[in-house]
Amino acid sequence: MSELKTTSQEEREVILSASDLHVGYGSVLALHGVSLEIKKGELVSICGINGSGKTTIMRTLAGVLKPKSGKITFKGTDITGKKPEQVHKLGVALVPQGREIFPSLTVAENLRIGAFGCYKPAQYQKDLETMFELFPILKERYNQGGGLLSGGEQQMLAIARGLMSNPDLLMLDEPSLGLSPNRVDQIFELIEELKSRGMTILLVEQNAERAASISDRVYLLSNGRVEFSGKAEDMASAIDVASLYMGGKEEVK
Amino acid sequence: MSLSIVIEFIINVLSMGSLYALIALGLVIVYGICKLINFAYGEYITAAAYLLVFCAGLSLPWWVAFVLAILGGALIGFLSELIAYRPFRGRSLDALLVTSFGISIILQRVFQVFISPRPKAVNLPAFMSATISLFGITTPLRNIIVIITTAVLLLVLLYIMQKTPLGIAMRAAAENFTTARLMGVNANLVISTAFIISGFLAGFVCLFWVARTGSVEPTLGASPLLIGFIAVVVGGMNSLPGAVVGGYLYALVANVLSLALPTSLLSYRDAIMFVIVICFLVLKPEGLIRGNYQEERVG
Repeated sequence: MSELKTTSQEEREVILSASDLHVGYGSVLALHGVSLEIKKGELVSICGINGSGKTTIMRTLAGVLKPKSGKITFKGTDITGKKPEQVHKLGVALVPQGREIFPSLTVAENLRIGAFGCYKPAQYQKDLETMFELFPILKERYNQGGGLLSGGEQQMLAIARGLMSNPDLLMLDEPSLGLSPNRVDQIFELIEELKSRGMTILLVEQNAERAASISDRVYLLSNGRVEFSGKAEDMASAIDVASLYMGGKEEVK
Repeated sequence: MSLSIVIEFIINVLSMGSLYALIALGLVIVYGICKLINFAYGEYITAAAYLLVFCAGLSLPWWVAFVLAILGGALIGFLSELIAYRPFRGRSLDALLVTSFGISIILQRVFQVFISPRPKAVNLPAFMSATISLFGITTPLRNIIVIITTAVLLLVLLYIMQKTPLGIAMRAAAENFTTARLMGVNANLVISTAFIISGFLAGFVCLFWVARTGSVEPTLGASPLLIGFIAVVVGGMNSLPGAVVGGYLYALVANVLSLALPTSLLSYRDAIMFVIVICFLVLKPEGLIRGNYQEERVG
C-alpha cells in the first residue's frame, strides 16, 4: 500500500479510465457505452439496482469479459481485451461478487494464490503481517480450510487475498452482500481504513446510500448506462434516485 | 484359506490397483482443470509405448529407454494441448470433447500408417519379466516394482499439489478457474502443466502395460482408457484421491470376482464389472469422493 497522498483531488493522476464500453453476453448488450475514470487514491463507487451492469463493469475492467467496443486504460497502458492474469499483473485486483474463495484450500493457501504472480518472500511476509493486523481472524484460522469460515470471515479472506498482490487498484464487488449488519459495518470500516492508507478503490454496492457516504465520487448506473456521475452529495439533487431504484423514470413522469 | 493365497491376493490387488490408479490420475488431472474428458489419453500411452519399442531397438541402456518413453509421453501431452486444444479453449466443452476424439483417431491412424497395423514386439530388460519369491509365493518382479513406483509417484504428486505454488494454483484452478485467473494464475501455465503431468503418467503406465502385453499395437490405448474411465466413475471425477481410490477399488473387485466366480462364469467378469459401473452411475454419479467443484448449470 502506498503512502497517503495529500494532493488535492484535481491534481491526482487518473489511474484507470474506461471510455464508451459496450459489453454484452451473446447478443444481449449489458453495457451501452459506459465511461468512467478513477484517480489515484480515490474511493469511487458504482451504484445501481440488480441488472444495471455493475458486476459486468467490474468483470470487464478485470479482463474476464471482452468489450465489444470501447477502450480501457490502466496507468497509461491500454488493457482492453487483455487476459485477467495480465490485468492482475499490472496491478488490478478484483474481489469478486460472492467472495469466491477456494473452499478446499486453507486460508494460508488462499492468501498465497493472491500473490501468485508477484511472490517475493520478504514482501510476502510483510504483507501477511499487515493482513493479520487488518483481519486478526485470518491469523487464528490460518491453517483451516477456507470453506469452514463463516460468510463474513470468507469476505475478509477474499479481500485479504486481493490485497496480497499489493494492487494499485482494488475493486470490490458487493463486499457486503449477504452479511449480517454487524459484519457490514465491519466491511465498511475496513474500506475506509484502506482508503486512509492510500489505496485506490472501486466499490460496487447495492447499498447506494451507505457506499456514497464514504465515497469521493459516485457513478449511478441504470440499464447499462451511467445516469449520474459526480460527488455523492450532488446525487440527490441531480436526479431522482428513488425513481431509478423504484422502476425507471418513464413511470414516474 | 492359506496365508500364501492371502499374500498373493494382496500383491495382485496392489499391483493391479497401482497401475489403474496411475491411469485414472492421468485422466482426472486434466478433467479437474479443464473439465475435459480427454479421449486421446489412451493414445498418449500408445505413443509412449512406441517410443519405448523404438528406443529398445536402438540398444540403448534400458533406463535411458524408460526415461525417454516417459518424457515422450509428457511431450505428446504438452503438444496435443498446444496444437489441438488451445485454439478451441473458451469454446464449448463439446468442441473440446470432439477435438479429443479427433486427436485420438489421428494418432491411431498415424501409428497404423507410419509404424505398423500389426503388433510390434518390445524388448524389455530381463527384470521386467523375472519372477521373485516373497513370503512363500512367486510373483512377477514387476508387480513389486509397480507398487513401489506408484507409491513414490503419488508422494511426489502429493508434494507438488500441496506444497508448491504451482500445485496450489492448480488446485485453485480446478475449483474455480476464472477466480484463479483473477488472482494472477496464468491459464496457459496451469493447463499445460496438467497435460504434461497427464502425459508423464501415461509414460509410466506404458512401461508396465507393455511389460504385461509384451507388444505394442495402434489400439493399445483403448483398454487402459476404459479402465481409467471406470476407476474415475467409481472414485469421483473431480478429485485426485478419488481417482486413486477408484483404481485400487477396481483392482480389488476384479480380483475378488476372479477368485469367487466359478470357472464357467469367469469370462463374464468384465460384464459384472460394467454392471457395477452402471449401478454407480445411477446411484452415486458423483463417485465415492466428491470434489469441491460444483458443476455449473448451463441453460
